[in-house]
Amino acid sequence: MNAPLALQAHEVAALTAPAALLRFITCGSVDDGKSTLIGRLLYDTGAVPEDQLAALHGDSRRFGTQGDALDLALLVDGLAAEREQGITIDVAYRYFSTPRRAFIVADTPGHEQYTRNMATGASGAELAIILVDARKGVLAQTRRHSFIVSMVGVRRVVVAINKMDLVGFDEGVFNAIAESYRAATRHLGFDEIVFIPVSALRGDNIASLSADTPWYAGRALIDHLETVDVTPAAADPLALRMPVQWVNRPNAQFRGFSGTIANGAARIGQDVKILPSGLRTRISGIVTAAGDRAEAQQDEAVTLVLEDEVDASRGDVIVAAQDITPVARVFDGRLLWMSERAASGQGLILQQGMSTANAAITVRTQIDVNTFAERPSETLPVNGIGRVRVRAEKPLVMATYAQDRVLGAFILIDRLTNETVALGVIDEVNPVDLLASGGAQSQARPDLWRRLLAPADDTPETLAEAVSWRIVSALVVCALAAVLTQSAVVALLAGVADFIVRLLLRAAHRDVFRRVTALRQVDPDQISDGGGI
Amino acid sequence: MIQLTHLQKLEAEAIHIIREVAATCENPVLLYSIGKDSAVLLHLAMKAFAPGKPPFPLLHVDTTWKFREMIAFRDARIAELGLELLVHVNEEGRAAGVNPFASGSRLHTDVMKTQALRQALDKYKFDAAFGGARRDEERSRAKERIFSLRTPEHRWDPKSQRPEPWRLFNTRKRPGESFRVFPLSNWTEADVWDYVALEKIPVVPLYFAKPRPVVARDGMLIMRDDDRMELRAGEEIEMRSVRFRTLGCYPLTGAVESTAATLPEIIAEMRSSRVSERQGRLIDHDGGASMEQKKQEGYF
Repeated sequence: MNAPLALQAHEVAALTAPAALLRFITCGSVDDGKSTLIGRLLYDTGAVPEDQLAALHGDSRRFGTQGDALDLALLVDGLAAEREQGITIDVAYRYFSTPRRAFIVADTPGHEQYTRNMATGASGAELAIILVDARKGVLAQTRRHSFIVSMVGVRRVVVAINKMDLVGFDEGVFNAIAESYRAATRHLGFDEIVFIPVSALRGDNIASLSADTPWYAGRALIDHLETVDVTPAAADPLALRMPVQWVNRPNAQFRGFSGTIANGAARIGQDVKILPSGLRTRISGIVTAAGDRAEAQQDEAVTLVLEDEVDASRGDVIVAAQDITPVARVFDGRLLWMSERAASGQGLILQQGMSTANAAITVRTQIDVNTFAERPSETLPVNGIGRVRVRAEKPLVMATYAQDRVLGAFILIDRLTNETVALGVIDEVNPVDLLASGGAQSQARPDLWRRLLAPADDTPETLAEAVSWRIVSALVVCALAAVLTQSAVVALLAGVADFIVRLLLRAAHRDVFRRVTALRQVDPDQISDGGGI
Repeated sequence: MIQLTHLQKLEAEAIHIIREVAATCENPVLLYSIGKDSAVLLHLAMKAFAPGKPPFPLLHVDTTWKFREMIAFRDARIAELGLELLVHVNEEGRAAGVNPFASGSRLHTDVMKTQALRQALDKYKFDAAFGGARRDEERSRAKERIFSLRTPEHRWDPKSQRPEPWRLFNTRKRPGESFRVFPLSNWTEADVWDYVALEKIPVVPLYFAKPRPVVARDGMLIMRDDDRMELRAGEEIEMRSVRFRTLGCYPLTGAVESTAATLPEIIAEMRSSRVSERQGRLIDHDGGASMEQKKQEGYF
């Protein structure tokens, strides 16, 4: 039943060459020619099979906008509805390859109404091609797309200045647009912006350099895509973060924790801890179908076996022992609101890492994506981007998006309709009462003292203040007892008792209070703030 | 840091998706259609849950017109892996005598495949069904999500698909709703064959060229797999060296003339081919938006 003849050694080597895959996104305004560009890339790299090409000839006559000529945009405008409307309404994924690299392209909608589809396509991309119509220059949509692309962490941009044939391949036009784009996106933190003058329709500077742009000293688009270096910055060799996705218990003898390594690498014998609990243990096995491994790295889907019988479930994160990823219920971030109903604070589910939790949001500001200016706002319209504070009902292991692309990203889901209403990134984490992951002290209840001492939603200042107040109040009780009983021993006991009993009562009260408010599905912090009510 | 290869990245993504379904859906099933994509999907499911087995059964929707070699391969493979396989046939369709010849490819596919799949999903109340479809296969697939939500009536609404940023899949659904899940969304035909070769995954021998009895009909080479296929006047059975790029119902699946009898030969042939793999499938060509329409009606 096995396949006849195995691969030769050199064939295996070719298939196991590293990192020959680039995921990129194309975005631009309506009619900038995105679909034509992707059609051109597919056509020029020989990715369009003959039968599809024959179908394209028929389609070009029926729906095309290029007369009798081939309308390459029709190769990628796949859904009947959008072929009729002539616009790309949904993100479409396309695949092509050259001898040097394989490519996955997200072709994303230009129309403002479909910004959410664009953001989705950008979230998985290592590079963005932003199309600018040479006749129109940098538009509001260009800035909007650049902003979204930068928000979801794309650091390399190609600005394809398209329809150069319609401006006579004028170098001055090209330079002016490049200059205005640089100025407009100065604050977006791109690592690299490459400008290429192209005509997607005619193929200028796509597969090869055009004779009409002798002044252009750079590379053709495909050449650039084949060679651009998108290797992520080397991770800390001691780092490991793996959200537990699934607990694998096929029988009583085996218990493994399956997940995709978000950051760093896992090694046999490595000291780890489980967040949020803070329990420490060690990796005793990395199990795969093809046998045990000594090591596994970032982005691999693995199953880890731990030395001790520790408790971990979906949503927990296995991290290196020295990792300081915080556990928190509250964070500040930026999000793109994707629902037709305006953003409101309640009735949401936060999905982050492998966790979900009931959550409430408070909108702080809305960001004008044309000027990148921020103004205070309490809500966001569909396709609006703003700064928000998100409060989850339970503590989650979270990081900023700059630190961790997995634990720093989130979506919000409407609890009633199940609609995905927002996507966002975490900018700042607010550590809470339950646990600071760096300070786990004991195996059993590492968070006990912190939990007793800290008020909800704490910061170092409020924590210090709370401790100081408790000491002062205990001293007052001690002094009162001394005056009333005239006994130093009784006074001391009263003071100590006050200190301990109050803490326990407070903790007990907080737990009960939370349970009651959780029943009402209202975030307790929302009440103490008075926000959103 | 050593970089993962292209295939390792695709593998990790697929395993992540498969585990996500196991973790968040109550009653998943893997649609096993015996072809190379299903072979890869099954292999990935075995990997995802090792050392255990996939915590869901396999389902084969049998139109009763599959190649005999496919059925033999299926039974041998399932026995070898020790998995649970459910086979469903649309008995009403069989009783009514629906077949690719008398009923036409369209009605046959609708009744014996699309309706049969819906019957099976309803019968076992599956809330998530894995499929081996890839986005590079056909235009409307290019826009389908990895987690594709279906109404209780199994309809797909291309206009209200959920955004899937990063790997944050919203797997919440209402009672009766279900997901079609496509872990191989980002794979191409070349990736599938490369992976089959690299991982030594068994596939149906029909993919490899050898002399087979074929009939030229409607511009295709049809392999006469049993005597239910009656010859038309003037038709003759010839022995030709052929193989199949995709596998479906034998009367609807065109063979290609080829001498590629090994995996490296198949891979070389595919890379130099200028014709898409679904070209041999009759059902894709019934009008411009044919596949999109079938999907809205509940086709996989």
